[in-house]
Amino acid sequence: MAGTGSAHMRSGQDRVLVVDNLVVEYPAGRGQKVHAVSGVSFDLLDGETLGILGESGCGKSSAGRAVMQLPPPTSGSVRLDGAELTGLAPRALRTRRRKMQMILQDPVSSLNPRRRVRDLVAEGPSIWGTRPARERIESMISSVGLDPAVVWDRRPHELSGGQCQRICIARALMLDPRALICDEPVSSLDVSVQAQILNLLEETKTRYGLSMVFIAHDLAVVKNISDRIMVMYLGKVCEVTPSARMSESALHPYTRLLLASVPEADLGPGGGIELTTGEAGREAPGDAALALPGGTPGGLPDVVPVLSGGTAPAWPGDAGPAVGRARTGGRSADGVGDGAIELPSPLNPPSGCRFRTRCPLATARCADEEPLLRQVGDGHYLACHNVGD
Amino acid sequence: MSQRPHAPARPPGGSAPLLVVEDLRTEIRTPRGNLKAVDGVSLTLDAGETLGLVGESGSGKSVLGRTVMGLYTTGPAMTVSGRVLIDGADVHALGDAGRRELWGAGVGMVFQDPMTALNPVKKVGVHLTESLRRHGGLSRAAARARAEELLRLVGIPEPARRLGQYPHELSGGMRQRVVIAMALANEPKLLIADEPTTALDVTVQKQILDLLGRLQDELGMAITLISHNLQVVAGRADRVAVMYAGRIVELAGADVLFAAPRHPYTEALLASVPRLGRPPHSRLEAIDGAPPDMVAPTEGCRFAPRCRYAREDCHRVPPVLAPEAAGGRARAFACHHPVRPVVAGGS
Repeated sequence: MAGTGSAHMRSGQDRVLVVDNLVVEYPAGRGQKVHAVSGVSFDLLDGETLGILGESGCGKSSAGRAVMQLPPPTSGSVRLDGAELTGLAPRALRTRRRKMQMILQDPVSSLNPRRRVRDLVAEGPSIWGTRPARERIESMISSVGLDPAVVWDRRPHELSGGQCQRICIARALMLDPRALICDEPVSSLDVSVQAQILNLLEETKTRYGLSMVFIAHDLAVVKNISDRIMVMYLGKVCEVTPSARMSESALHPYTRLLLASVPEADLGPGGGIELTTGEAGREAPGDAALALPGGTPGGLPDVVPVLSGGTAPAWPGDAGPAVGRARTGGRSADGVGDGAIELPSPLNPPSGCRFRTRCPLATARCADEEPLLRQVGDGHYLACHNVGD
Repeated sequence: MSQRPHAPARPPGGSAPLLVVEDLRTEIRTPRGNLKAVDGVSLTLDAGETLGLVGESGSGKSVLGRTVMGLYTTGPAMTVSGRVLIDGADVHALGDAGRRELWGAGVGMVFQDPMTALNPVKKVGVHLTESLRRHGGLSRAAARARAEELLRLVGIPEPARRLGQYPHELSGGMRQRVVIAMALANEPKLLIADEPTTALDVTVQKQILDLLGRLQDELGMAITLISHNLQVVAGRADRVAVMYAGRIVELAGADVLFAAPRHPYTEALLASVPRLGRPPHSRLEAIDGAPPDMVAPTEGCRFAPRCRYAREDCHRVPPVLAPEAAGGRARAFACHHPVRPVVAGGS
């Protein structure tokens, strides 16, 4: 999948963040390189949340860190409010980057264990020369849902994971940022706490007029918080889609594989709370997601039998033994089988489309020619030779 | 997707269950006092059945799994009381040698992190042949042949070559397959899978869960599937037990539990999960507050301080896990003021 395409980039003045042709490579010894991010472009409108979705090793975190210049990308351009961030001297970079803050996955290790909450929250402005007034720190702690009187003198180990993540958010907000880069901010939290933090991020975004890049592997979480979703695989972009229609209109074989892998359909009705009032608003997202509705632009019916049931085609690159699939019972009727499917090495990614080794639709063209992102619907962009026409 | 027809929640009368847990309590000694990690759990599991055990961190689900397995026993660090019978044998009355026999042949366990479950300096083949030779009494060559067969069974390509590899040479999904192969080596009747897919990507997770389902159908073993992820358990278990603060608060067939929870905690937990089927920016129903301190838990219902339906008696009288009064499928919940059941036939 390409990603070298830029069809999904928008023009206009309200773009907070513009990332162009981002490349991140890490040396791996013996002259080899890990191709973590290979020519990814995206932009972020004022007040928008962009979700970056992908599995481990797809380069989503590397992309997020490269945007923050932690470390700077191998090549490519990152512009925040029109100002270039790459290639700056450290001091100039720190000044310009201030308006972009990052929230990380593990909130406990993101905080200095020896500092107290009051100092942790005040740290950003203190580094910039002005220790904020006590009232400002207190109001910020309250705004992330903690009681300043209770947590004021506490250290991170005296707080729960969810509370630490609230403190991380408060720290980021103290510098009055334009954009937040959230890298798996709720992955290490329990579901009930995850819901609290997702609600808080949503509230914070509205209240402070922020834009957000939300990096995660959980489809439902990303869909819930994002306006637009970018799906990545092995350092490239597969598909960019408005989040509201992702489940129904996603076309890329990889996105469909992700959707088919979510055990969601088994969970029953949409929400327990509504149930008490009698109406069982059963949404059947899983099955609906698998059946491409007829009206979908470019919906090719031949994707459906491959991913949602029927006969199991031989997946090129799926080295799983025939016995693994032949014996597959009713529970794995999606044709994916339960044989092992390995991710290709990022040291030496496949030519052409990087997903072709796992793709049920791959043809000779996929090996020779890298698909470019092209528009297939309103706000919907796709990098695949075989679907969407 | 991939729904499996549910076995009846409980076979009428019939043979003795494979696993019986009676009033199990595991207390872990801490400087502040005894932490009641598992606080009076009773359940049964039939041969070939899958029981899902869900709960958030600290709910005691993993400690329960390990106590059932006999990995946690009374000692300097903890006290275990109650009974665990696997196929009639009292796990905690067996000596160390007896328990080793049990682990080798009767029960298998799959842990969350396959890297720490495997010895980094031993080859895959050694992991597999060790228990085959020790418990199965196989010769070196026979054990190797069986190990190869096991790797093939769990869907690992080129099994002969993989036997000579070290764990670090395998991907996370492959390592978990090896751990499953180890657990299955002597065809156990019961498999305890503690968060078997939590460390894995969603596409790999599906492969592993499908694999466990297929192996269960082929080998007829019972599975206890422990997970914090409700979705993972929903599609795979016949019955589901929801744990909160060391106790089972609700136990029911998977379909009824998720369709119409009766315990307020189950309901709240289900409502806090983001769903793909909802429009973006839907507000999630978070559960306010935090779980109780298990060293000195509150009297009464442990969920009461966070419960939207709690009344005065909830804070005083601990509810017992009681079967539902009205007929229908066997289900039980521990609540004085349960969620109103959904009227049958409603959509």
